[in-house]
Amino acid sequence: MDILQILFSDSFWAASLRIATPLIFGVLGALICEKSGVLNLGIEGIFVAGAMAGWMAVWLGAGLWGGLLVAAAVGGFFGLIHAVLTVPLGLSQHVSGLGVTMLATSVSYFAYRTALPDLSSPPRITPFQPLDIPILSDLPFIGPVLFQQTAMTWLALFLVVLVWWVLERTPLGLAIRAVGDNPDAVDAQGLSVYALRIGAVVVGSALMALGGAFLTMSAFDSFFFGMVNGRGWIVIALVIFASWRPRKALLGALLFGAFEAFQVRLQTQVGAFVPSQVFLMAPYVLSIFALVIVARRAEYPRALLKPWFKGQR
Amino acid sequence: MIRIEPREAPSRWWTLGVPVASALLALLLAAIPLAFAGANIIEAYGQMAKGVFGSTFAFTEMLTRATPLIFTGLAATIAFRAKLWNIGAEGQLYLGGMAAVVVGTGMIDAPAWVLIPVILMAGAAAGAAGMAGPAYLKTRFGADEVVTTLLLNFIILIFLQMMLEGPLQDPLGMGWPQSEPIVDNGILPQLVPRMRVHAGLIFALVAAGIAHILLSKSVWGFKLRAVGENAAAALHAGIGVRRTLMGAALVSGALAGLAGVGEVAGLRGYLTTDISPGYGYTGIVVAMLAGLSPIGVVISAVFIASIFVGADTMSRAMGVSSYLADLVVALSLICVLVGGFTARYRFVRTNKGDK
Repeated sequence: MDILQILFSDSFWAASLRIATPLIFGVLGALICEKSGVLNLGIEGIFVAGAMAGWMAVWLGAGLWGGLLVAAAVGGFFGLIHAVLTVPLGLSQHVSGLGVTMLATSVSYFAYRTALPDLSSPPRITPFQPLDIPILSDLPFIGPVLFQQTAMTWLALFLVVLVWWVLERTPLGLAIRAVGDNPDAVDAQGLSVYALRIGAVVVGSALMALGGAFLTMSAFDSFFFGMVNGRGWIVIALVIFASWRPRKALLGALLFGAFEAFQVRLQTQVGAFVPSQVFLMAPYVLSIFALVIVARRAEYPRALLKPWFKGQR
Repeated sequence: MIRIEPREAPSRWWTLGVPVASALLALLLAAIPLAFAGANIIEAYGQMAKGVFGSTFAFTEMLTRATPLIFTGLAATIAFRAKLWNIGAEGQLYLGGMAAVVVGTGMIDAPAWVLIPVILMAGAAAGAAGMAGPAYLKTRFGADEVVTTLLLNFIILIFLQMMLEGPLQDPLGMGWPQSEPIVDNGILPQLVPRMRVHAGLIFALVAAGIAHILLSKSVWGFKLRAVGENAAAALHAGIGVRRTLMGAALVSGALAGLAGVGEVAGLRGYLTTDISPGYGYTGIVVAMLAGLSPIGVVISAVFIASIFVGADTMSRAMGVSSYLADLVVALSLICVLVGGFTARYRFVRTNKGDK
């Protein structure tokens, strides 16, 4: 049967992991922000900014890893704006996040148009290439799925382990989780609630920007307007779906990638009977479903969305 | 050490002055990207002013732009008052547009005084339906409406593409994804001869007036605010929180739907997938700049529309990207957020160890 053929093909699993990669960066970033108590709806714009900045840096002559650093720095900068607005000033995290999305998106588009005024076709860079590891890459099935991905996919998987380890196994992680659950207790310990939250939002936003950079520096080789297309909002849904746990978040992103890869392949088989838009809609519908199913059971960080001011109990 | 403490009572000057100052500051900050683009800054501002006040055409174009922004700004205002985060006005706008072409392209043969109200009501109902879903998922399942409304925007736009390549496609449209034109009796009348500004503006102003009365004078407006400020206390006081939220959702969605009706039946005459350059999202900025006041929404919609129309003119004349307008809009949102903070709190210098 055709569906089984899809599920057993290595190209399907390779594509799943590839599609999941930007989402993995995104969920890790969003998770760090939200664990500390700050919802970061700037993610959609930070994706755009990371995609633009990383690509632009490479196009201007930086190396690929240099481009990633630039993307992360730009993401961190927009994260800092969100952090300042929502942490010491305690403004609405919803509105501030949307403001950061609008700002990051429009700055990126403006900068791109200003640097490249009249080009009919977008210029290209040489993106990250699939790794070619002797022996491993030639293994049947596992080779193409795992060992022919680009370095960025490996970076994402490594970051899952790192973020999990920091959040669950280190004093810093304990402090970040505590500041998202009970900031008063953290304050009583003599730690700075502000510093922890601002730090978490900046680092989280830098990771989000890497997810954006994956789009222009690994998945594709140029920057398009509208290329992020709601991925940021899907990430926000995935984090809730994962109940704010790094390993579940990885699983969620992978499931999502698999679903996307599957529907693209299914489309080629039943495309004659079903309008293509049904498939395009599916990821967003799926995200809403996932959200509705887990919404009541989700273990929200207790201080999420709640501003905290020093000296006001 | 610097400590933050609430002001006793935010003075009237602050509440009125902050949005104006924020808007002007955002406009001034536009000089930075203009400088990066290598443009003559004074000339750029001059072109922008010319693009708004330079001619009757320019001024009516600005009002045409302001029309959907008043509707989406009101949509955000009503929802945000109840702390219902409707970020889905963009999708609801398109639903309104779809409803307008469903009933307005020949299905009903009626004189204008019947057909136009029917189209308006259909559009409002479609927009309201678009927000009823997320509101139901929120009150019934606790699903965060921010995420559901944001995702629905994408779903609705893709659904629209499907409709415009299918049942709603104009058979005479040479294969373009666009709807049949609205029949003559369904077109909103022009306000100024040979200019594009249409009766949608009047409806928008009326809507703002009604919203003002509802919010400041009616029991419903009071309930809305009570639910927004403290849902638990409102419930305790015997206010039906779910009902109130659902009411806010329906009104908010309906207003966004009317924005779509105006664009289709007033401006374009038919529906495509690009009738809105993000009016739904910009409506949030309009509402925040207005301090969630319906009368303020009219003023801030005019301001934001001026930025867009002015930046378009400037862009054509000087070759600076018109994304500058989006940049200024985003900056005004952030400025007014910070400004609103300074109206409610002040920074106090304290000695270390002083609690």
